[in-house]
Amino acid sequence: MSAQALVNAEKGTSLWADAWVRLKKNKLALFGLGVVLFLIVIALLTPWIAPYGYEEQNLELGATPPSAAHWLGTDLFGRDLLTRLMYGGRVSLAVGLIATSVALLIGVAWGTIAGYVGGRTDAIMMRIVDALYALPFIIFIILLMVVFGRSLLLLFLAIGAVEWLTMARIVRGQVLTIRNQEYVEAARAMGLSTPRILLRHVVPNSLGPIIVYATLTVPQVMLLEAFLSFLGLGIQPPQSSWGLLISYGAEVMEDYPWLLIFPGLALSITLFALNFLGDGLRDALDPKASKD
Amino acid sequence: MLRYTLLRLLQAIPVLFAVITATFFLIRQAPGGPFDAEKPVIPAVKRALEAKYNLDLPVWQQYTQYLGDLFKGDMGPSFKYPGWDVHDLILSGLPTTAELALYALLVALVIGVLAGVFASLKPNTAQDYIPMSLAMIGICMPTFLLGPLLVLMFGFWLEWLPVTGWGDLPGDKILPSITLGAAYAAYIARLTRGGMLEIMSQDYIRTARAKGLPEWVVVTKHALRGGLIPTIAFLGPAFAGLLAGSFVVETIFQIPGLGRFYVQAAFNRDYTMILGTTIFLSTLIIIFNLLSDLLATWLNPKLRSQFRGGAV
Amino acid sequence: MLLKVDNLTIQFHTRNGITTAVDNVSFAVNSGEILGIVGESGSGKSVSCYSLLGLIPMPPGKVESGTALFEGQDLLAMDQSQLRDVRGDDVAMIFQDPMTCLNPFLTIGEQLVEPLIYHRGYNKKDAKQRAIELMGETGIKKAAQRFDSYPHEFSGGMRQRVMIAMALITEPKLLIADEPTTALDVTIQAQILELVKELQTKRDLGVIFISHDLAVVRGLADKVIVMKEGQVVERNTTKALFENPQHEYTKQLLDAVPSGAKTAGKVSDTKALLRVRNLVTEFYDRNTGKPFRAVDDVSFDLIQGEILGLVGESGSGKSTIGRSILKLVPARGEVTFDGKELLGLSQKAMRPIRRRMQMIFQDPYASLNPRMTVFDTLAEPLLVQGLATRQTVEAQVLELMDDVGLARAAIKKYPHEFSGGQRQRIAIGRAVATKPELIIADEPVSALDVTIQKQILELIKALVDKHNLSMLFVSHDLSVVRALCDRVMVIEHGKLVEIDDTEALWMQPKEAYTQRLMAAIPSV
Repeated sequence: MSAQALVNAEKGTSLWADAWVRLKKNKLALFGLGVVLFLIVIALLTPWIAPYGYEEQNLELGATPPSAAHWLGTDLFGRDLLTRLMYGGRVSLAVGLIATSVALLIGVAWGTIAGYVGGRTDAIMMRIVDALYALPFIIFIILLMVVFGRSLLLLFLAIGAVEWLTMARIVRGQVLTIRNQEYVEAARAMGLSTPRILLRHVVPNSLGPIIVYATLTVPQVMLLEAFLSFLGLGIQPPQSSWGLLISYGAEVMEDYPWLLIFPGLALSITLFALNFLGDGLRDALDPKASKD
Repeated sequence: MLRYTLLRLLQAIPVLFAVITATFFLIRQAPGGPFDAEKPVIPAVKRALEAKYNLDLPVWQQYTQYLGDLFKGDMGPSFKYPGWDVHDLILSGLPTTAELALYALLVALVIGVLAGVFASLKPNTAQDYIPMSLAMIGICMPTFLLGPLLVLMFGFWLEWLPVTGWGDLPGDKILPSITLGAAYAAYIARLTRGGMLEIMSQDYIRTARAKGLPEWVVVTKHALRGGLIPTIAFLGPAFAGLLAGSFVVETIFQIPGLGRFYVQAAFNRDYTMILGTTIFLSTLIIIFNLLSDLLATWLNPKLRSQFRGGAV
Repeated sequence: MLLKVDNLTIQFHTRNGITTAVDNVSFAVNSGEILGIVGESGSGKSVSCYSLLGLIPMPPGKVESGTALFEGQDLLAMDQSQLRDVRGDDVAMIFQDPMTCLNPFLTIGEQLVEPLIYHRGYNKKDAKQRAIELMGETGIKKAAQRFDSYPHEFSGGMRQRVMIAMALITEPKLLIADEPTTALDVTIQAQILELVKELQTKRDLGVIFISHDLAVVRGLADKVIVMKEGQVVERNTTKALFENPQHEYTKQLLDAVPSGAKTAGKVSDTKALLRVRNLVTEFYDRNTGKPFRAVDDVSFDLIQGEILGLVGESGSGKSTIGRSILKLVPARGEVTFDGKELLGLSQKAMRPIRRRMQMIFQDPYASLNPRMTVFDTLAEPLLVQGLATRQTVEAQVLELMDDVGLARAAIKKYPHEFSGGQRQRIAIGRAVATKPELIIADEPVSALDVTIQKQILELIKALVDKHNLSMLFVSHDLSVVRALCDRVMVIEHGKLVEIDDTEALWMQPKEAYTQRLMAAIPSV
């Protein structure tokens, strides 16, 4: 850059850099980030690093408490619980990430259009969101799973379809605020085209809350999946998820408590990590929202 | 306000109608009818059964007939429990579920609001961190995990409390109510804290302090009314969540409530029962959403007068 | 002596270190006396008073030293419960923004009676009786009926009257008023100041009047202290201080207050650069669903090379006129710029004309994209309008930064790293980047401290001269307008009241509204 040649420019700190500095100070959020990254790596590598095969049974062994050979014990069929947890985690995480992406996609598009176009379009689009909000979605998802069978794809779509509503509201609120900011007026007075205004001014400034909300949606989705699986309406064997493992564990907990406790811990710690990360991101990206 | 209430009620009607219609046709899409379950039925018997339940008519005719019956309060007979009408089944489960939900809501509100207000009074101190960390655990410890864990601990290991039933043994209502209410106590605590912190930073709280009011008056009279609005607006969604949670809790603790009926009906493909329960629960949820919304609006004087019209 | 503060020092202990907000400050007030505390933002003028009553958050705030004897008792040695007995009883306060200082969830009445009930043990009925009397005394009409109204049903001026009634209801001996008229329109400000003066005389009240506005303080206070960076730099009687300021900073402050009329060259040109005819801008009121006319049939010419002032109170539609001309809000009527009709143009056809007319906004915090560096902000108009290439843009931006008085080294910095005045320089740089002929400036100095305001006004003047700009200068501050503008037009409720040469309008305002406006201006 020729500016470097002309002046000795001081490096400015962008809001992103600022946010990163704040996030780094938040130990809980960093812990959350670490756990999430760790889990993603484990999930990606599971087929290679799992101590046993997914279907590997040992009926003679039966259910055993944690030992050196089976760190987290085995279930009634003598299957290694750690292995089952690792494979189940893949499903749980995938549901969380994919359904959140679905919600993100629909929600951001819907909210941006409603917020930026405004007027009647906005009114109609938001009325639809309001009406859908009034629907009892939990019951509907259960119904869908009953009627169409328990397919993973359907689960992604159904959960994504529920979660996009809040996303759309948040995005619209953001866009609406930013649209009326003086710097967007200045951009219009400058003669910038609408797509360029959206791209340069509106989107970068609404990214913060979207990232925060997306982070907080992932644990919600995982919870919903686990809830459905627990009722026997979600993931189906032979596939497994943490919700399903908890469900099994609950049935036999009196005799084999580790089958309940370890899957429960896995789910809780993940939810913890994601929530802490989300809260930390909120504090870091939107300093006004967290009163210090 | 009256006009606003009526307007909102009118808006709820198409939603309800959409729910009924969607449910009705969805159910008809299900692979496998109610009578081709476990043991094979003789075709003639099956036909007779289908005629009895109007399943031989065209779908749209079944639909209009169902709507007409529904309007008269008749949800039809259950497919799986011969001799039982759906609304009898619903009514038999309702009191139990309502009681469970009520206790859970009480647990959630009392613990949640108290913890939230308490935490908000001294933000970023131990008084804030401890209840809020507990709330975070509550949120990350879903009903279907907390329930079994409580059963394991208080039922099997400590043997303090019974772990099944509802109203059969002394103390058997404690664990289910706590299990169902805990997560919502956590949400409400977080919401209340947020709402209170927002209000406590307002200029008018400074005015109240400058008037020399005792701190408890500042908190209860000046801050709480505004600070609780997010919590009240959350009660509608919370109620929907409580109903869903009751499915799990009633399953875990083997409580004969509506939730358990619903889950069983879903497995049994008991058409009329699913349909009836869905419509019933949806109506309840829509009504509660409306109520919490109206209450939150009414609590805000500015919004209240904006919707002034008719009699106030 | 009613209140005697000695050697007050207050520090804030934050993560980033210790800052001394109030540094060894002493002052005193007698009954029946008004003490003015003057200073710019961050001077410690509010903190010094709030801390006396325990109203600053502690921690992080901490009173390091000092005494504050109120009727012989040291306020700083009291605990919170003793302070509570003083607050709202013998010492009352009113604040800056009456919009946010009353609780929106409680009726005016509920809030008014509280001091009587908690300090004086009144029952509700007697307290209500007293409150209604006082509401009448502070100029609230139909007091008995309005007792049960909510704050949002009152205008800003009325709310400040409620605040005053609430402060005086216990017959306090000392009133601390923190910028009580800053958020109000100038005519309302005059009424409130008059009310404060009247009540103070009648009740022999001691008053501490905190303000950034020297003119207001001069009209009201008996004696004044001037604060800067936590210290008292000068103290004197009002008369002596304003007539014969001793300290350099006081002189600087007084010098910065816009006064007198624009002296430099009359505009000789008569060619209208901008012709506005029958301009109407309507908004839809979301609550009532009815159209609301923000601008109602306004016509005027803006002559080549002049600075035309556009004056009005809040809600008069003055900002909307500027935005309508630039087609930032949809409007009807006729706007002709250099012979070209604008309102009929599509946004696309408008684009090349936008190079020639630009806008400067009020709030330097909201008018810059927080995620763009100075370079990005200043380069954008140049690139969009095709006035620079990737190769030349750096040099052009640097030149622009020189023009508006920004250090070249700051080119990579983001808006939040600058002060308010510097931000406004960036915003001005963005507006003049395309070398426009017309600039619409919407309250460009209203959010700035008076010394910064002076610098920015000088920058604007210099740029107008250098680039031969024409300007529509929108402001509520009549003194600023008088010092800057060649001609002035006055707007009320969206309608044009009067338009004339600045001095003619000042000396002989024709319309009643203009006369009232002129009469309300406090002067130094």
